Amino acid sequence: MSTAQQIDTNSSVDVMTDTDQYLTFILAGEEYGVDILRVQEIKGWDSVTPIPNTPDYIKGVINLRGTIVPIIDLRHRFSLDEIPYGATTVVIVLKVNNENVKRTMGIVVDAVSDVYNVAAEEMKPPPDFGTISIDYVKGLATVEDKMVIVLEIDKLLNSGVMDSAESLLQ
Amino acid sequence: MAIDITQFHETFFEESFEGLDIMESGLLNLDTGAADNDTVNSIFRAAHSIKGGSATFGFTEVAEFTHGMETLLDEMRDGSRDVTQTSVDALLQSVDCLREMLAASRDKTPIDTERAAVLKGELEAILASGTNGSTSESTHQEPATPSSESSASHEGWMIKFKPHHDMLRTGNDPVRMFRELGELGELSVVVDISQLPVLDDLDPEESYLSWELTLKSNVEIEKVKEIFEWVEDECDFVISEIKGEATEDSAKENITASIAEGEAASSTPTKPVNAKPATGAKTSASTDSASIRVSIDKVDALINMVGELVITQSMIGQLDCDFDDFDNSRMEKLRDGLTLLERNTRELQESVMRIRMLPISFAFNRFPRMVHDLCQKLDKKIELKTTGEQTELDKTVMEKIGDPLVHLVRNSIDHGIEMPEERLAANKPESGTIELNAFHKGGNIIIEIKDDGAGFNKDRIKEKAIERGLIASDEHLSDDKIYDLIFQPGFSTAEQLSDISGRGVGMDVVKRNIRELGGSIDVTSEEGNGTTFTIRLPLTLAILDGQLVCVGDEIYITPLVSIVESLQIKEEFVNNIAGQTELYKVREDYIPIVRMHDMFGIDVERKGLEGGLLVVVEGDGKKAGLLVDELLGQQQVVIKSLETNYKRVDGVSGATILGDGTVALILDVDGLIDLSRNPPTAGNKPDNLAREVA
Repeated sequence: MSTAQQIDTNSSVDVMTDTDQYLTFILAGEEYGVDILRVQEIKGWDSVTPIPNTPDYIKGVINLRGTIVPIIDLRHRFSLDEIPYGATTVVIVLKVNNENVKRTMGIVVDAVSDVYNVAAEEMKPPPDFGTISIDYVKGLATVEDKMVIVLEIDKLLNSGVMDSAESLLQ
Repeated sequence: MAIDITQFHETFFEESFEGLDIMESGLLNLDTGAADNDTVNSIFRAAHSIKGGSATFGFTEVAEFTHGMETLLDEMRDGSRDVTQTSVDALLQSVDCLREMLAASRDKTPIDTERAAVLKGELEAILASGTNGSTSESTHQEPATPSSESSASHEGWMIKFKPHHDMLRTGNDPVRMFRELGELGELSVVVDISQLPVLDDLDPEESYLSWELTLKSNVEIEKVKEIFEWVEDECDFVISEIKGEATEDSAKENITASIAEGEAASSTPTKPVNAKPATGAKTSASTDSASIRVSIDKVDALINMVGELVITQSMIGQLDCDFDDFDNSRMEKLRDGLTLLERNTRELQESVMRIRMLPISFAFNRFPRMVHDLCQKLDKKIELKTTGEQTELDKTVMEKIGDPLVHLVRNSIDHGIEMPEERLAANKPESGTIELNAFHKGGNIIIEIKDDGAGFNKDRIKEKAIERGLIASDEHLSDDKIYDLIFQPGFSTAEQLSDISGRGVGMDVVKRNIRELGGSIDVTSEEGNGTTFTIRLPLTLAILDGQLVCVGDEIYITPLVSIVESLQIKEEFVNNIAGQTELYKVREDYIPIVRMHDMFGIDVERKGLEGGLLVVVEGDGKKAGLLVDELLGQQQVVIKSLETNYKRVDGVSGATILGDGTVALILDVDGLIDLSRNPPTAGNKPDNLAREVA
C-alpha cells in the first residue's frame, strides 16, 4: 500500500506501512469508507443516459473521457430514501474487480468526507445487518469516535449489479 | 547488459508463420506444375529464415526439422533434383508439422516429436533416393571441394573466421554459429585476441576477435558455408579442407577457448542466447496475437493527416478570439477553418480505420491448400478461382469470418461439386470450379462462394424438413424459404456422412457467426448448375452509420443498414389483433408496431399513435415498426461497448458518444424484435427482484 502516498499529500496522518487508507463518504448521515486505491476519481453529479430494463439503482451511463461507465445510486442500492441531488452530491468512480475482469463504475453518494488511515487490527468484523448483507461490509472502523463502515466494493457492485440484472432475464 | 531475448519471440513467431504461409502457397504453385526458380527460391528463403531464427532463439527441434526441409529445397533450387509430387507432398506435410511445432513452442506446450521424426525420416528417405544428374551437382560446387560421395575421405574443415569490426551490430553472434558448427561434428576453436584493445578503449559493440576453427566431420562444405551465409559480407572467411593427419595444431600464442569462454571473451551483448524460453514463462494464455502489421504507406498517410490537422488548428488559433471586434472577415476565416477541420477529422478517421484493415487474401489464402487436400481425398477435380483478394476488411471481422468461409467452401467441395464421371455425364467440364469473390458494395463487403456443382435439390430439402418436422407436409414454400431451411440446426441432406461435412452441424453456426458480425448470408441455387452463397459484412465493427431517433427525451441510434423506411403514422392503417398486438399496413405488408417508450420504460407526453413516426426496420428477416417521436440527423457513430464496464443489455447493442459529450445507446434491432415478442416478465418492475438479491 505504499502508493497511497501520492494521495496523502494534504493529509496530516502519517503514512504507515501496515495501515490502509480509506476514502470516506456520507450516505444518509452515516460514514462509509472505500479503499482509496480503488478510487479513480471523484466528479460532480451530471446527467446520465438511462439504460432500459435495468434495476432502478442503476442510474445510467456516463461518458468518462470516451469510456462508457455505469453509475449506481448507492442510496437506492441500500434501499434508503431518495433525496434530490444537491451541490455536494458526487460520483465516486471506482475500479472494481470481477473474476479477473477490471471494470470502472461510479457510485452516487451524498458527499465525500475525508481520508483516514486505519490499521488492519483496528478493523472490527461487522455484525449482522438487517438491510444490507454483511457480505458487502469489510468491517467497521472507529475513527475519531465515529463509526466508519468500510465497504467491500467488489462484492457490492458485482453481485448486486451484474447478477441481479442477469437473473432478470430468466 | 542482458537483453531479454524472449521479447523478440513474438516477432519471430509472427514472421515464421508468415514464412510458412509463403512456403505453403509456393509449394501449391509448384504442385500445379509451375516449377519456376523464383518460387523455389522464395520457399527456400522462408525455410532458411525460420531455421536461422529458431536456432537463434533456442528452438532446436524446430531448427533441426527445418534443416531437413531446407536441404531438400536447396537441391530443388540448384536443379539437382526434380520437383516431384512425392517431395512436394512431403514438404507440405512438413509445413503443417512445422506450424504445429512453432505453435507448440509459442504456447510452451510439448512438441509432437514423434510426428516430426516420422516426417523427418520421410524427407531423409527422399534425400537419400539420390539426385538426378550428378553433372549439375558438380558445377555448383567449388572445384577444390570433393563431391558428397567422396567426402568421406577427408578429415574435416579448417575455417579461418575474422569478423569485421561491426559485424556484431547486425545482430550476428559468432557463438551461435560455432554452436551450430559444433552440431556438425567435433569442433575445436582457437581464438586470436591479438587485436583486443585495452579495456578502456574497448567498445563492447565492436568485434576484435578472430577465430580458427577446426571441424572434424565429413559434412559437405555447403553445410559449413550455410552457417556463415548470414555474415558473408561482414567477415573475412576462409575455409580449407583438412586431409588425413594434417590437422595442424594451431601453434600460435593463442588461448584455446571453449565455446562458452569464447562467449565471455567476445565481450558482446550475447549472453541472452542462453535465456531459454522457459525463463520467460509469462502468461501463456494470451496466444492470440494482438498485433497488426501495417504498411508504411498507411502510417505515412496518417502522419500527413495529423500534420494537416495541426496546421488547421494553428490557423484557427491565430484568429484572436477578441469578440468585441469579431468582424465579418474573421468570421469568414473561422468558418473556413472549421470546414477544414471537419475535413481533416474525417480523413483522419478514415486513415485510422484503414490501419485496422487487411486485404481479404489473409482469409482466402488457406483455401488453395484446403481444396488441394480435399480433392486428393475425394478424388475430385476442382479449380479454385479467387478475385478481389485485395478488398480490405477490418481485422476483427476477418478473424471471425475465417471459419464460416472454411465451412462453406468445404461444403461446396464435398456436396456441391460432383465426381468427375458424373460431371462428364452431365455435360459439364470434368473439373469443377469454385469461385471466391470479394468486393465492396454500398458500405458493405460482399463475399461470394460460388460453385458449378449439382446445386440444391429442393425436393430433397423439403422432404428432409418435413421428416424433421420443421415444416408441415402441405406447406408451400418459396425457393428462398426452402434454401433458408439449410440454416436450421441439425439439417443435412447428405446421404452419407463423411468426416468432411454432412453432419449438418455448421450451417446454423455459419449463419449465427455472420449475424454476430452484423452481416447476413443469402443463398441461391440452380439445380444442376451450382450454388452461390453471398455473405454481406459490414466494413468495420468500430463505426456505424446511424439514424438518430428521439423517444421522449432520450436519443437512440438505429443502425442505418437495418432501416427499411420511415413513415408518419396514419391511424387508418393501424390494425389490432386481439386488442394487443398492433399491426401497421405498409403497402401489402402488415408490420407489428413496437412502442419504444413502453419497451424502454420512458415517459412520453404523447400516448397515442397519432403524430408518431414509424421507423420500419428489418432484422433476421423479420420486419417491425419502431414507434419513435422524432427523427434527428444521420451520422457516423463510434461504437463503444457497454460490456466493458457493465454487461449486455437486451435491445441495445452498444453505446456511443454524441457531439455534446453525452452517451446515446445504439439499438439492437434483432434483439428489439425478439424482445417485443417475449417481453421480460420482470422487465417492468426490475428493482423488486434486485432488492431480493440485495
